[in-house]
Amino acid sequence: MTGDGRDVAVLGAGMHPWGKWGRGFVEYGMVAARAALADAGLDWPAIGSVVGANTVRSGYPGQVAGATFARALGWQGARVTSVYAACASGAQAINTARTQILAGLADTVLVIGADAAPKGFFAPVGGDRPDDPDWLRFRLLGATNPAYFALWARRRMAVYGDTPEQFARVKVKNAAAGAANPYARYRTAVTAEDVAASPVVADPLRLLDICATSDGAAALVLSSMDFARRQGVPRPVRIRAVSTVTPRYPRTALDLPDIATDSAAASLDPEPDTFRAAIARAAYEEAGLGPEDLSLAEVYDLSTSLELEWYEDLGLCGAGEGAKLLCEGATTLGGRLPVNPSGGLASFGEAVPAQAIAQVCELTWQLRGLAGERQVAGARAGITANQGLFGHGSSVIAVR
Amino acid sequence: MPRTRTPLVPGWFTTEGEEFRLLGTRCRVCGSVFFPREDSFCRSPDCASTELDEAPLSRRGRVWSYTDGRYRPPAPYVSDPDAEWQPYTLIAVELAAERMVVLGQGAPGVTLADLAVGMEVEAVPGVLSEDAEHIWTTWNWRPVTSGSEERS
Repeated sequence: MTGDGRDVAVLGAGMHPWGKWGRGFVEYGMVAARAALADAGLDWPAIGSVVGANTVRSGYPGQVAGATFARALGWQGARVTSVYAACASGAQAINTARTQILAGLADTVLVIGADAAPKGFFAPVGGDRPDDPDWLRFRLLGATNPAYFALWARRRMAVYGDTPEQFARVKVKNAAAGAANPYARYRTAVTAEDVAASPVVADPLRLLDICATSDGAAALVLSSMDFARRQGVPRPVRIRAVSTVTPRYPRTALDLPDIATDSAAASLDPEPDTFRAAIARAAYEEAGLGPEDLSLAEVYDLSTSLELEWYEDLGLCGAGEGAKLLCEGATTLGGRLPVNPSGGLASFGEAVPAQAIAQVCELTWQLRGLAGERQVAGARAGITANQGLFGHGSSVIAVR
Repeated sequence: MPRTRTPLVPGWFTTEGEEFRLLGTRCRVCGSVFFPREDSFCRSPDCASTELDEAPLSRRGRVWSYTDGRYRPPAPYVSDPDAEWQPYTLIAVELAAERMVVLGQGAPGVTLADLAVGMEVEAVPGVLSEDAEHIWTTWNWRPVTSGSEERS
């Protein structure tokens, strides 16, 4: 491992269990924030900066989440930031906190993301907005998120020969891990037969291939390495890289919420579309680590088949080899490189602004060796990866 | 009063009386093609042009992938909540000349069984929904059958 000049310490991690609890996002966020503060051994007034990951589904307070949480915790004068980046909001909040710490603007930063999700398909917020691609894809095509997941799944089947039975094995694996996670929403084992018996939502994907939408909250207390040492934490979990790169034009893979890809016609030598791979590559470069150094990965399994794509994009295997890696058991708990030992979105459902933070909570517990039944033995380094609408994505690498 | 056929989004495809084509735009400086159309700026990072011309897209392409919607999509998709939901297909089509993929609904009657990745399809006029004054029109993708007239 290199020096810790650009590392920040994870002093505390906390979550509110995922589910459908029928309460507001602030309440969930408060539970997670208090848990993270307690884990860090810090009182809220000692925090120098608060960063909230916004939610677009809870009115004005959701769009100024940092201030909403600061007010709920009790105004104490901390610097405040609120960020939104679709599914990558939580990672951008972490990156904002990290940047402030590395710039010497704050010693301790509280990062919070929380959501209260509606039932059923995510839908655009109301109003007629014919210049909004997210509105247009619903109005013109009825193209829900699962429709896009299904297009990618079908493409894998055609190009790589993947099968729905292989997709189902992702769910079986993640459900088994999630059953051991007290913060997961779904905590029962799922069989391949259960997946096959669930209704088709968007062919070839079935209900149990697709992640639900959930309420939930996650929070982290980050600090400078010096502050951690002064706190008596000589060997904290450290965030070594946060990647928030954008795609490169032309994007030639169809992605949410677009109705069409960019055209590569005017490009003499177009870059292959590797946005997800580029997200991970930037994280590896910043951390000075590679896939071979990882103990575990937490990836955004919005659908079962998408988890297989992440294996390839993270460099855990070659293109088209994701299903093989899964079926070998390499990514199962106890395997060579467990993926989604938390249970993943399959077990949590998506609470958008909290999800990327929750991924880092799981890395933290794993790297501390405190993940209980789902502990990855000897975990030293972990990566998270996610992708959201409108060219957002993130990857965080943490080490201990 | 007769209802008028109105494109749901103006300028994305040709209207009555012409050969049906999706309409994009092409940058006058670098030749980049856009669909949905960009009329105000070129999105290539190496081009700062604001001059774009309307450009019809290839009428035919090949299926990149496809799916269907077994459940009623939420608003703003328009459907009769009292009618039983009828799944439709969604087809992503790769246009060779433009080197791009364009999503659209399959034409009425096109089912999953009619589709395969790589199959040739063509853009045809479609109807998305109807209300008291309008028949809202859109584009659909339809497999090219052996009987189809060969035109480029």
